[in-house]
Amino acid sequence: MTENLAFFSQLIVTGLVLGSVYALVALGFVLIYKSTSVLNFAQGELLMLGAYICLALTIQAHIPFVWSFLLTLAFSFAFGLLVERTILRPMIGESIISVIMITIALSTVMRSIIQIIWGTETKVFPQIFSDEPIYFLGLFVAEIHLFSLGFAVICVAMFGLFFKFSSAGLAMRVTAFDQQVAQTMGINIKRIFALAWAISAIVSSIGGIILGNINGISNELAAMGLKVFPCVILGGLDSIIGAIVGGFMIGILENIAGGYLDPILGGGVKELAPFVFLIIILMIKPYGLFGKKLIERL
Amino acid sequence: MPCGLFHTRYRTDERVFQTIWVRSWIAGLGLFVLLLPFFASGYILYVANTIFIFIVGAIGLNILTGFTGQISIGHGAFVAIGAYSSAIITTKLNLPFWLAMPAGGLSAALIGMVFGIPSLRVKGLYLAIATLAAQFITDYTIVHWESLTNGITGMFVPSPDLFGFVFDSDRKYYYLLLVFAAVAVVSGRNLFRTRIGRALIAVRDRDIAAELIGISLFKYKLLAFALSSFYAGIAGGLWGFYTNVITPEHFTIVVSIDYLAMIIVGGLGSILGTIFGVIFMTVLPELLTTLSLILKDTFGQITTLLSAIKGMVFAVTVILFLILEPEGLAEIWRRVKAYWRLWPFSY
Repeated sequence: MTENLAFFSQLIVTGLVLGSVYALVALGFVLIYKSTSVLNFAQGELLMLGAYICLALTIQAHIPFVWSFLLTLAFSFAFGLLVERTILRPMIGESIISVIMITIALSTVMRSIIQIIWGTETKVFPQIFSDEPIYFLGLFVAEIHLFSLGFAVICVAMFGLFFKFSSAGLAMRVTAFDQQVAQTMGINIKRIFALAWAISAIVSSIGGIILGNINGISNELAAMGLKVFPCVILGGLDSIIGAIVGGFMIGILENIAGGYLDPILGGGVKELAPFVFLIIILMIKPYGLFGKKLIERL
Repeated sequence: MPCGLFHTRYRTDERVFQTIWVRSWIAGLGLFVLLLPFFASGYILYVANTIFIFIVGAIGLNILTGFTGQISIGHGAFVAIGAYSSAIITTKLNLPFWLAMPAGGLSAALIGMVFGIPSLRVKGLYLAIATLAAQFITDYTIVHWESLTNGITGMFVPSPDLFGFVFDSDRKYYYLLLVFAAVAVVSGRNLFRTRIGRALIAVRDRDIAAELIGISLFKYKLLAFALSSFYAGIAGGLWGFYTNVITPEHFTIVVSIDYLAMIIVGGLGSILGTIFGVIFMTVLPELLTTLSLILKDTFGQITTLLSAIKGMVFAVTVILFLILEPEGLAEIWRRVKAYWRLWPFSY
């Protein structure tokens, strides 16, 4: 019994760690969706790009990790602005399918460029955290896991404060609420769109660096961008709180499903479970836990 | 003599090919397509065959996404279901080709309808995500249901055999595919001149309004999913019989994205555009491959980077089309035609 319990809590803890990264990426995703109504299929590639840039700066340019981390964030900020200006801005007012397709194409371009520059094999970050597991509340936890969980929570809290108290955050919330109202209040919507992409790129690259430290960096990281869909659908596409709650929930659910069903169904359940869950949510509660229900009038 | 095309009867107005010129061009094109295998090389026939298969699948996706407005990022899944169903029916049940094809199409249609159920409650972005999930669930099932599908090792599919005649070469298969593609094009074009097709278009333009004028959304949305998946299933079956081997890798999300790219580059809601898009998006990577073979000696690395370069050219093409010509090749064609129709007195 205690063994079962230990297994269960171990799954929960790994789920929380993974969930914290999901929450970060989902936050970036919802940010873009909320303020610009764009469903961003390139979120995973933003994450992967951040991880690779940080790796290149640390290993190839021999910059201390902390500095390369900060430089990566700066790069992501600039990259987000660039993408919004060149690719997304011409798409304002286009149909949903065009916007979806352009972010898919963007993701392919980014993946190809990354493959051309860095190749396809998995790369490993230089060890920053010790391997020694920490004995924590009766469970063994790797230092990196604790660190990433803490870091993700701090990030989420910081963005929460940013939206609540800074004027830029307020402007973004207004834009998300109603673009026309925001414009009449003198908010420069185009600037908000650019800012949303920049912040989203930053958040994703933080997630990428954390994941890269845990699992190593490869093209697989981009799959994270698709995993984010179950999280945001569960939380509600346009809710920041929803993204965070959804991220943690999907992380835990995925681990529990993987832990208990993998031996029965023969592997891979971890990757699949979120999507089965996604279909179920769409059928019973399409707008998620915190999403705004869309009422359409003719 | 009237300067332009003026109809005096409904019958002439409703014709697909309206002038004698268009009809003779089409006849010429038909002749060319019929005679192509006699002078084309094996490689060109291979490209032509893939184009035919993709035309069938892409028309299916265009029925769903272009004409009915239901975004699907899971078309590859339905192609997979068609391919695997017809392969299983042929190899495990030993049924003939002419039964395996429609059976593959019907099973794809059935599963397509199941995954179409969310479209009744959600639309737009939400539906796109639901179909994405359909893609992953299908991929997983195919890989893990090993007793039926052989998992990642894939399945062997024999060459099709129609009443004793075996289609075992590119040239023989070309004509078989030509028939399938022609039927797909003709039925796709004519579908939208019927009551069902008009209803689907009404659903796309405004689904609530369509419901108000008496179009059952439940019926027509599911019908769109079924029709689209049926085409996809046929395309998948043809693909399996053509390549003789199917593995799960042939039907990943990349395939779904390829199909979407084809109909977007070609033109959403246009059968002619679908054909253009398929040809464009199939020939482009083949040209790149040829180019890389030529440049192999000067840039040694180019072959290892080929897949990445192909991906990039593909995606950049899609981006450029979406930004510069959102209506796709069909719109360019329309403009070119409009220019020449009254030439040289276009004013």
